[in-house]
Amino acid sequence: MALRGNLRDFTITQLLNLINLAQKTGTLVIDGPSEQAHVSFRQGKLAYAKVGSEDNSLAAVLHKANKLNVNQYRAIAERSGQMTDKELGLLLINAGYVSQEDILLNLQGYFTDVIRRLFAWVEGFFRFENEMLPPDDRINVRLDLENLIIEGSRQLREWEELQDEIPSLDMALKFTDRPMTNLNLSIEEWRVVKYIDPKNTMKQIASAAKLTDMEIRRIVYGLIQAGLVEMVRPLSPHAAPQINPRMFPTQDREEQKTLINKLIGRIQKL
Amino acid sequence: MQTVKMVVTGPFSAGKTQFIQSVSEIDVVATERKISSSSERSVKDATTVAMDFGRITVDEDLVLYLFGTPGQKRFDFMWEILSEGMLGFIVMVDSTRPETFREARSILETFRAYAPTPFVVAANKQDKSDAWELEDVRHALRLDAKTKLLPCIATNKAQVKQVLLELLYSILAEMDSSR
Repeated sequence: MALRGNLRDFTITQLLNLINLAQKTGTLVIDGPSEQAHVSFRQGKLAYAKVGSEDNSLAAVLHKANKLNVNQYRAIAERSGQMTDKELGLLLINAGYVSQEDILLNLQGYFTDVIRRLFAWVEGFFRFENEMLPPDDRINVRLDLENLIIEGSRQLREWEELQDEIPSLDMALKFTDRPMTNLNLSIEEWRVVKYIDPKNTMKQIASAAKLTDMEIRRIVYGLIQAGLVEMVRPLSPHAAPQINPRMFPTQDREEQKTLINKLIGRIQKL
Repeated sequence: MQTVKMVVTGPFSAGKTQFIQSVSEIDVVATERKISSSSERSVKDATTVAMDFGRITVDEDLVLYLFGTPGQKRFDFMWEILSEGMLGFIVMVDSTRPETFREARSILETFRAYAPTPFVVAANKQDKSDAWELEDVRHALRLDAKTKLLPCIATNKAQVKQVLLELLYSILAEMDSSR
């Protein structure tokens, strides 16, 4: 079934979040304002990206990063078609021009840059193709999406959107099971992170960290999008239980259970 | 006569009125009005402005009321009133309209903040070819693994019954665990 829609309703950041959480493999195809982008993932990690007809070959990426000079780039480009990126990578490593780490870091940098450019796309149709993988001859990377998601979330500026995402600051936050490693958080984000506890409401965190409603919402939104925290009802000794007396016409626990069982029986017979 | 109530909420045109209609023993008392906004009219002609109201009589002593909330945000002043004293709530989402997922998340969080009652999420129109897969809907709505997300076709009585039953099972489980 379809994972498709319009960027107007579902942003690049939200798509990255979904792909990350669902650990999806496949290619996100986006028809943007003037060009098409392909971004591939393996098990929820960024593997490859291409936008429009831009040359994203290894030679072009290394040339842009000043790892290859113009003459080297031209010589390689002339022989393109005879050599895959993987073969070229091996040749360059064996010839001592670059290291394997150089290649991977530069490709990661290029693919990340493509994603950053996509953050600016607010209009366009997207679809996720489960079967579509990057071309065989291209080198894939394996890049966690969390930092990109946090970066993309920082760009959400609209008050109304943030209020939709986080309608009540009376909710608390708790960490998910995802490990918080290699995260590029800002000082404000760390200030929020240190107060995260199911006992603290977002309102209390904002007050302790001296943040406005808008600031706390923006930071929390980024952390939620990256799958690092989730909203929960605040834990307190006086917290309302899930089952409260106002739900039932009777306060007797056994009668309440009988009532629910009667409802179940009736609905089964409908 | 004892009465209890459940609330069916969700974004505009998610299928709430149809959901209640499928199981209510009375014609749903719908407070629908012709839509004036052209963008909303392209989705459907009439919408709920106050609430929908359905009824399931259990026996001569007990009645279940189903209340459907208006979908548009400008009527959200009704939500808190409707949620007062509910047994639990159902969030309906149209699986074919990802543009409504953000609003569904917002409605869900708003209701969770009103009352800590059990809830389930029903992914409507799962029979359509352009419906998002359940697991994608789960991630898009940021539902944790414990939250019940159920496939649903609001016009299908058996599936609507199943959604109601799952909510009741959750209430029972919560009663047992909070002893």
